[in-house]
Amino acid sequence: MTPDLRPRRRAGAWRTTDVLSLIGAAATAAAMTWLLYARLAPFSGVVGMAVIWYGLFLACYAVLVGLDESGPAVRDRVAAVAVHGLALLLLSALAFIVAYTFWRGWPALRHLNFYFHDMSVTSGLTPLDVGGIIHGVVGTLIEIGMALAITVPLGLLCSIFLSELPGRFTRFVRTIVEAMTALPSIVAGLFIYAAVILTTQNWIVPIEKSGFAASLAISVMMLPIIIRASDVVLRLVPGTLKEASYALGATQWRTVWHVVLPTARSGLTTAVILGTARGIGETSPVLLTAGYTASKNLDPFHGPMPSLPLLTYTLIRFPESVQVARGFGSGAVLMFLVLLLFGLARMIGGRPVGQARVRRRRRLADPAIWAAPVETAEEEDATVPDPRTEEDLVKEPV
Amino acid sequence: MTAGQISTQRSAVSTTDKIFRGTVRGGGVTVLVIMMLIGGFLLLRAFTALRADGWSFVVTQAWEPDSHHFGIAAVLLGSIFVAMVAIVVALPLAVGTALYITEYAPRALKPWLVSAVDLMAAVPSVVYGIWGAFFLQWEVIHVSRWITTYFGWIPIFKVTSYDPDDPLATPTIFTASTFIAGLVVALMVTPIACSVMREAFSQAPAGEREGAYALGSTRWGMVRAVVLPFGKGAIIGGTMLGLGRALGETIAVVLIISPVFVIQPHILEQGTSSVSSLIALHYGDSSAFGISALMAAGLALFLLTLIVNFVASTIVARSRSGAVSDA
Repeated sequence: MTPDLRPRRRAGAWRTTDVLSLIGAAATAAAMTWLLYARLAPFSGVVGMAVIWYGLFLACYAVLVGLDESGPAVRDRVAAVAVHGLALLLLSALAFIVAYTFWRGWPALRHLNFYFHDMSVTSGLTPLDVGGIIHGVVGTLIEIGMALAITVPLGLLCSIFLSELPGRFTRFVRTIVEAMTALPSIVAGLFIYAAVILTTQNWIVPIEKSGFAASLAISVMMLPIIIRASDVVLRLVPGTLKEASYALGATQWRTVWHVVLPTARSGLTTAVILGTARGIGETSPVLLTAGYTASKNLDPFHGPMPSLPLLTYTLIRFPESVQVARGFGSGAVLMFLVLLLFGLARMIGGRPVGQARVRRRRRLADPAIWAAPVETAEEEDATVPDPRTEEDLVKEPV
Repeated sequence: MTAGQISTQRSAVSTTDKIFRGTVRGGGVTVLVIMMLIGGFLLLRAFTALRADGWSFVVTQAWEPDSHHFGIAAVLLGSIFVAMVAIVVALPLAVGTALYITEYAPRALKPWLVSAVDLMAAVPSVVYGIWGAFFLQWEVIHVSRWITTYFGWIPIFKVTSYDPDDPLATPTIFTASTFIAGLVVALMVTPIACSVMREAFSQAPAGEREGAYALGSTRWGMVRAVVLPFGKGAIIGGTMLGLGRALGETIAVVLIISPVFVIQPHILEQGTSSVSSLIALHYGDSSAFGISALMAAGLALFLLTLIVNFVASTIVARSRSGAVSDA
């Protein structure tokens, strides 16, 4: 028997007709859009043109494919094109928003003084080579730092509580925390404004609009987010690991410290970093609590301390184009910070839960922790990893 | 969790464990107290305003708390209209992108796409806001004009101050509308809805997918018969999670809309309002009573998002299997 020497048919390959019908439909739709746009129902603007073109393109494509395919195949093709189009639209919107911010901010961003000066001698009439946004950068860093100092210990304690001491009370706390994730950020800001700033107004040591008040507002907003994300990660730690630890006679404290937390470490880090990215970009709580000033303020307890989002929001509302450029510039710096944090989270997270790094796997195999040495091959995982990555679970929106 | 229960039932608990449990429980209780304080304070302060205003709080459109003539009819409906526009736009975008990532995208591209969508959820709202106010707004007004010219007979697309026959009519009357704010908010909530849907779609059972293909189904046929029914709960739940977020969005909306305190059902017309923009714009010039009134409005918004989120998470949780690994 001779082997079949005909080339193997590739079922998923593109045929010439596919490409031609795509091009044909695109061209037809363009012509029809022009007709509709310029002749039948005239109007102006690029966005509308693109929308109409896309709708017509789908219709033309359906007709063209329908010439030589049957019903289900036509629907399959049209659906594929529609899905590709929607995804492309969303991703290009993201790219465009980021690029637009940097582009509009570029006149300000290319001056070095923009990163090292504040705006105490700068107004809407001073050119861009004077003044900058250092007060916003400093404000952002101080506020988010203080918010992290509050939320990380408290958040981790609470999420350990939720996962380690199950019971009716725990369920109640979890429900309340989940409810608080629905708190609109502006209401968090209003709460701090009314409960802290207005209440302590006449006290001997009033808490005025300051970096501290802003960090409180950010904490109120971040705390439920961090708790919820960490809780999800901690609950993913395989029960078998914990049971093995208990079986060896470890106390609950040692199990949490040596097994649960190390296993979930990268997930917890991701949770905190993503919470930070949310907190750093929030404008509304800061708007009500930080106050605005044009000069650098390093004291979080006295005097207003704007953050980058607040600076963006304030500058953008000036009529002068210089201030608007500065606003976009500070938006771009903020965007850069978020990108940085996001990249960091991506590097740390993204591994399946329970899949420790090689170094940690060696440490977990250390006889000092375990009663008997555990043989752990480099490639082999001690646990059955969840197919989803930690980041998927942490990113689960609130 | 089983392990925790076992250890709780042990008779002798060591001292370190007692300290550990005490500390951890202390953390939990602290968080609970903080959360209860926030809720209690909101309720208490809001109650001052509600007692003075009574039921008219729900039906009044104006916002003049100092003359005791205020209500959330206009602002709450404004929030809802903005969120509705956002959801109508975000739903197809989110489903399409989630399907693309799970079903159509090349395997090597998937992690990058997932990152991109997650990144989009992390972009600060003020960045969306300035993009919407400085770019999108001036492009969309032409679309608005076209829609109202040819579809103005549909009530929500009507723009009262626009006369299509007037050649001098300026398109600027279409700026600062519900529609534009809704579009920007849509971009903010799409990634949230999308990541919930993507996760559910990717868990559609492989056996059923292969079964559909074996019966001669096309890819879209398989998606319609297997993936979409499997992910139906996630589509509804994810959309509602997005809705909860859209209702509370502040800065992007404040940057775009021009506030008016009447119910504005014409989504293309300039001027609308929302609860969060009301708070952002009026907290500074409010008296003590005015702050209470704002608190009441904030509380109403909070209750609304709470209900939406709760229903959403119930639907998502019911639709998903194996979320908790206790293997």
